[in-house]
Amino acid sequence: MSLHLERRSQPSVVMTWASPFMALFLTTVLAGTLFALLGKDPMRGLSMFFVEPLANLRLIGEVLLKATPLVLCALGLAVCYRSNVWNIGAEGQFLLGAICASGAALWLAGLGLPGVTGGSAGTGPGAEAAIRGLYAPVVLLAGVLGGMAWAGLTAWLKDRYNANEILVSLMLVYVAQQLLNYLVFGPWKDPQGFNFPQTPSFDGTMLLPSLLGGTRLHAGSVLALLAVVGFAIFLFRSWQGFQLQVGGLAPAAARFAGFSERRALWAALLISGAMAGLAGAMEAAGPLQRLTPHVSTGYGFTAIIVAFVGRLHPAGILVGGLLLSMVLIGGELAQSRMGLPNALTGVFQGLLLFLLLACDTLVTHRVRWKPRSPSSSQVATAAESPS
Amino acid sequence: MLSAVPRLCLRGITKRYPSVVANDRIDLTVQAGEIHALLGENGAGKSTLMKIIYGAVLPDAGQVQFNGQAVDIRGPQQARALGISMVFQHFSLFDTLSVAENVCLGLGSEVSLGDVAQRIAEKAAAYGLEVEPQRPVHTLSVGERQRVEIIRALLGEPQLLILDEPTSVLTPSAVERLFDVLRRLAAQGCSIVYISHKLHEIRALCTACTVLRGGRVTGRCDPRLESEASLSRLMIGSDPLQLQHRTQAAGAPALTVRGLSVPRDDPFGTDLQGIKLQVHAGEILGVAGVSGNGQRELLACLSGEDRRAQPGTIELHRTDISRFSAAQRRRLGLHFIPEERLGRGAVPSMSLAQNTLLTRSEPVERGWWINRGRMKALAASLIDRYDVRTGGPDSLAQSLSGGNLQKFIVGREIDARPDVLIVAQPTWGVDVGATVQIRAALLALRDAGTAVLVISEELDELLELADRLVVMSKGQLSPPMPRAQATTERIGQWMSGLWERA
Repeated sequence: MSLHLERRSQPSVVMTWASPFMALFLTTVLAGTLFALLGKDPMRGLSMFFVEPLANLRLIGEVLLKATPLVLCALGLAVCYRSNVWNIGAEGQFLLGAICASGAALWLAGLGLPGVTGGSAGTGPGAEAAIRGLYAPVVLLAGVLGGMAWAGLTAWLKDRYNANEILVSLMLVYVAQQLLNYLVFGPWKDPQGFNFPQTPSFDGTMLLPSLLGGTRLHAGSVLALLAVVGFAIFLFRSWQGFQLQVGGLAPAAARFAGFSERRALWAALLISGAMAGLAGAMEAAGPLQRLTPHVSTGYGFTAIIVAFVGRLHPAGILVGGLLLSMVLIGGELAQSRMGLPNALTGVFQGLLLFLLLACDTLVTHRVRWKPRSPSSSQVATAAESPS
Repeated sequence: MLSAVPRLCLRGITKRYPSVVANDRIDLTVQAGEIHALLGENGAGKSTLMKIIYGAVLPDAGQVQFNGQAVDIRGPQQARALGISMVFQHFSLFDTLSVAENVCLGLGSEVSLGDVAQRIAEKAAAYGLEVEPQRPVHTLSVGERQRVEIIRALLGEPQLLILDEPTSVLTPSAVERLFDVLRRLAAQGCSIVYISHKLHEIRALCTACTVLRGGRVTGRCDPRLESEASLSRLMIGSDPLQLQHRTQAAGAPALTVRGLSVPRDDPFGTDLQGIKLQVHAGEILGVAGVSGNGQRELLACLSGEDRRAQPGTIELHRTDISRFSAAQRRRLGLHFIPEERLGRGAVPSMSLAQNTLLTRSEPVERGWWINRGRMKALAASLIDRYDVRTGGPDSLAQSLSGGNLQKFIVGREIDARPDVLIVAQPTWGVDVGATVQIRAALLALRDAGTAVLVISEELDELLELADRLVVMSKGQLSPPMPRAQATTERIGQWMSGLWERA
């Protein structure tokens, strides 16, 4: 008796849905084993990840808060991956979004606009409120443009020089990080900041409105929910979304149909750059209220896992974003309450992604017990195809 | 060389797939030195049966005897070790490797690449199968890939050679050469199983014949003693439809190509040199030629997938479309049916309904919103009117058989009422019933006034469909000849580039 992988004649619908749950289950089993090996109570360790983050309103707020940038970045990445454009650099686009949003906030504050602390008096209370309400959207827009520009750089290099977008987008992450460091350690450093590498905190008018007292939740989370719906419509109901995906699934069919490959490349990268940039802007103008070198805790990279756990489907990405956000919070709790290393978060994420990829094999293949197994039968299953 | 023990003897072979019984208690006996035809439509179970003999598929029940010994073939390597070689209809070559590397993979590790290249060259010369061992497979045309497969099979010095539809991509003279090769092999004692649905080939070549229909054996005969009609009845269970080819005067020129010269875009492609052709409304112009002589490049230039044509070289009615994209050309009424159905004519992992959107924009509202109801209704009407056998508009393209998917694609383009339709290999690998339906649909389209350009490697098809014929050779196009003057010999000569230059 031996175990065999046999190709299915059709992808299994059941396994498409079951695979993320199997991967999650196996992740918890392996993580529990890991806790036991570290000499900790496995059940308590797991509860840090899956129960404690939902224990009170403040923590739930934190889960939703961290899920917001993950979902936004992952939505954009899903468009890329469905278009066969392998943007690995959402992290860099996120950072550029945060940088440009901060630049806009600092610049606007320095203009002496009505309503801003130290600014001129407005013409009237109604008009002043209207103008004040525009500052935060302008800050977010700057972030969106920053993310698009950074992703556009990758698109241009691929389009013009046929540079590999995986490498280019990934390496631009490190360029973005250096740029951020230069700004917050240099020209943008807060003069009254005790030499901490951070900008002055933004004026209250530049910040995203808060959603719920007792939490750090802000209006960006609502935007993220709207984006989920918007992306579902774009991907599954729009002609443009359809064209992008044909290019991803069958490039020759896209050429046959006359869907432009170049346009797909640019569209996919600009869309995902815009989303990552928006997420970065929200992080700076939301919970942080300023730019720091640690504006991202790897959101752009974690979003890759979110996108795949969510099956590149907006609804799945929403669930995946919440799950990975719980893992981030859980990692912090496990560190502070149980003295477990913070690296555990990364281990958790890695386990989940690899187990998901492994479980996904079962979507296109089935496991069979076979009575005898000469070495040649592997060749047989590989060559077999229903005809 | 003939001996009393049969080379191959199958008893009660049965293979079930989840949705279909591909082989139902099949008995088959092949004598040493025999050329045995396995006749049947696509989906009759021929390929499955051959894969069982070759060890690529394991049967659920039944017994295989080879040279009188009961054998349990559990893999292609074991089959090759016994002396069984196979040339598949769908090639099993790695695109990124060279011809020699591909062949080397099947031979095991003890031979060097240089030796293999040498042996390929020898076999190629011995059997007139031109192949350059160093070329990467992805640059080869379908016909050239098949030559590689045949040479690879011959290198194993087989006792039993299985050929699955081998002649569909060969010129008439190359078919004759192949038949000479096969007869020579048979005379040396090698048994050959020849899978085909081309009746005249089977009658010309084979000495025994087993007919399959719906997974069962429906007849055994000596094809030399049968007529094509009687063989056809055994194969499809009824008399095939006869095509009506009405004569009618051609209309105004619809598609005009002149002075089209485009350099190859990959090192092993073909340069197009001064292509000149004209297709009139209400006529079918056939392009004959062995694959790899520039057909792929010409099609890409005509369809708009390759937009490097010089301005002024391609005109649709009086519009210069040389630089237009495929979508722009389609909007002007030029539709195209490519040779590859899965991955080019259709997206394999999308439903038939979604695949309508590749070339049809009727379900798209206001330039962006896809009306799903209309999309499915369009697919359902195509499925209904073009007799596509499938579960419905939501079936994935990859779940259809080649013939049914082709009927869907042909229907999708014809239903758009094109002014000009370009078709490549319309019936390649399609069963007899679907072939007749597709050809009838093309003729009806012509009768309705569409200009049709058919590129095919099957001469029979062109002689059946075309009003005029041109021949492609080494990137050049011959002048047209009316069908009445087209003979196999003349076209065969032109295929080698030997036409009277103007």
